[in-house]
Amino acid sequence: MYRYDEFDHKLVQERIQQFRHQVKRRLSGELTEDQFKPLRLMNGLYLQLHAYMLRVNVPYGAITSRQMRKFAHVARAYDRGFGHFTTRQNIQYNWVKLEETPDLLAELAEVEVTGIQSSGNCVRNITSDHYAGRIKDELADPRIYCELLRQYTVLHPEFSFLPRKFKIAVTGSPKDRAAVALHDIGLRMHLNDTGKLGFEVLVGGGQGRTPIIAKTIREWLPPEHLMAYVEAILRVYNLSGRRDNIHKARIKIIVNQMGIDQYRELVDQEFDRIKGDAKGIPEAEIQRIKAYFAPPEYEELPDFTDKLNTLRLTDKTFDLWMSSNVAEHKIGGYAIVNLTLKAPDRVPGDITATAMDAVADLADEYSLGEMRVNHRQNLVFVDVKQVDLHSLWKKLGPLELATPNLGQLTDMITCPGLDYCNLANARSIPVAQDINKHFVDVDRLIAIGDFTVNISGCMNACGHHHVGNVGILGVDKHGTEFFQLTLGGSSDEGASLGDRLGRALPQEEVPAAIEAIVDTYIDTREDDERFLDTYRRIGMVPFKEAVYGSVDTKVVA
Amino acid sequence: MGLIKEGKLVNDPFKNVSACDTVPAKGPVIVSIDQWIVRRDDLLKRSSLIGIWLKSDEHPEAIAGDLVHLSLIALEFPSFRDGRAYSYARLLRDKYDFSGEIRAVGDVLLDQLHFMVRSGFDAFEVESEDPLGAYNIAAADYSVWYQQTGDGRLSAAELRDKGVRR
Repeated sequence: MYRYDEFDHKLVQERIQQFRHQVKRRLSGELTEDQFKPLRLMNGLYLQLHAYMLRVNVPYGAITSRQMRKFAHVARAYDRGFGHFTTRQNIQYNWVKLEETPDLLAELAEVEVTGIQSSGNCVRNITSDHYAGRIKDELADPRIYCELLRQYTVLHPEFSFLPRKFKIAVTGSPKDRAAVALHDIGLRMHLNDTGKLGFEVLVGGGQGRTPIIAKTIREWLPPEHLMAYVEAILRVYNLSGRRDNIHKARIKIIVNQMGIDQYRELVDQEFDRIKGDAKGIPEAEIQRIKAYFAPPEYEELPDFTDKLNTLRLTDKTFDLWMSSNVAEHKIGGYAIVNLTLKAPDRVPGDITATAMDAVADLADEYSLGEMRVNHRQNLVFVDVKQVDLHSLWKKLGPLELATPNLGQLTDMITCPGLDYCNLANARSIPVAQDINKHFVDVDRLIAIGDFTVNISGCMNACGHHHVGNVGILGVDKHGTEFFQLTLGGSSDEGASLGDRLGRALPQEEVPAAIEAIVDTYIDTREDDERFLDTYRRIGMVPFKEAVYGSVDTKVVA
Repeated sequence: MGLIKEGKLVNDPFKNVSACDTVPAKGPVIVSIDQWIVRRDDLLKRSSLIGIWLKSDEHPEAIAGDLVHLSLIALEFPSFRDGRAYSYARLLRDKYDFSGEIRAVGDVLLDQLHFMVRSGFDAFEVESEDPLGAYNIAAADYSVWYQQTGDGRLSAAELRDKGVRR
């Protein structure tokens, strides 16, 4: 894992000092709220419905136990004892006080974490595969490139006032766990015809009110040209992106208006001009960063699968957890363990300070002190010995972190919604809780299998509803909250946007509608076909009929 | 309002006539791009320094061929949120090799000065009772940068590579 050196520390300290001065000027009235807003946003500070919210970056989702303990401390000392993990591998605090934020940021800086560019019209936290460095199918560790990109984009003199926010995701695996096609730039490693590693570069993806799947702007880019190519994309966007309408300002809009071919031509012209330049990144720097992500020293452990199988036979709950929450590690004798923040009665992504401390202790004991947060709002222990799985599982249970529902219907993505957010039209959290109350039969959830439900409280789509197998969007109709369902979305390789099911439903009808969708799927699926594949095969009509009844199928919201 | 150039408070030798109907007979002037296009020959005959004021939707590419005649480009920030001028400044320095003055005008927010300096600006119209004091505070915000942006300063990575320690 990357560690700050003196340069990194100095820059963050200077940033905090600058922000401390800005907060002072705001509190004294020297800065108006309008002037202060972009300054605080670039440090991750939002003004929400009830209080300031601070969004803290977790670069590429990697968290040490020391950082997790600091998150817990911050939750206790500056918030109301909890934090919320988001879909962009960040943690948010919902109840911070403006005058305390410089001190809060100084505390976070001690563990090399910041709020820099977690908001604002700049390049946001670079996100990645939460299994990075630990999964067999990976071509190379994407975190190396994430860190290079992090440094390249932090306080970039030219690209800190873009037309709109800018999100970059990197995957090193053919299996896309980072939703790269839903980013402003998505980078997907693959080998070219001669077997050399490079990136497929996607551009112009995004969700929000105009969801678009990113398009390939370059089939294969050699890694040594990554920064120059990203710079060319950013410069063309900075100059050509729309600034007349906030809703049309993302790169996806200009790429669509121009067409990908013309955008590519502009980027290529600029890239050809600057590609000879190393962009201030000597080869030694790449090697320095690579070294931080060298694999830990693994023990040579015997394969423990047979003994685990015996334990699984004797304990059905353990067996369920093993099936859903544990993934194969690239090193024999080790496993990857997902800690789901999706217990039925809890707010998805929320975690208490007490649980954070406990998780940090467990990470030290069982996962070489390192964990990850993923874009589905769960935590991951990346280096667990197979022999320890049973005892770890027993300790996660009482913390409500062993709910065996990873990737299942109740492993929902949920935005904070109208309970917290001043953009929301509807409350997302109660809908998730209703669905949880409805789907309690564990065997049935397993029978349903892979099934993502994503809930957003407004069209800004923080809950990724466009790419949920079932998406749920909160809408406001004359002061009443309704929910619009979509089917067939997916954020992994072969990403797709959901199609609208029909008229929006009142909150109390949502669980039954999902039940009807699930029933239709189970009745029509072939062999072990996933819901997504069944939907793609049979289309919308059977689901529409099941939810609205045959009479109602022509009604559109 | 004061003009800061190369870290000093200076008197502005230029007269900004970009919004005027007439151009004075002599003395350094800043004209709009439209004025430049219409009066190019007359302005060149005046044998005084010439600057051009570019609005944020006016790409310096339009005057790239004329840069040898120009001593100053004023890049306007209509709002501190409009970041196009940063890229214009970089293109002027790196692509078009412009070595004259690049002046930040308009909504020049002090908190963004360090971004401007690093993008190639070397003169700033600062709105403050104490422009130099305000400039000096803002310019001292950062001593470390991750990026190389063509202003000659080394990136953190290059300093690391040279074995420089902080």
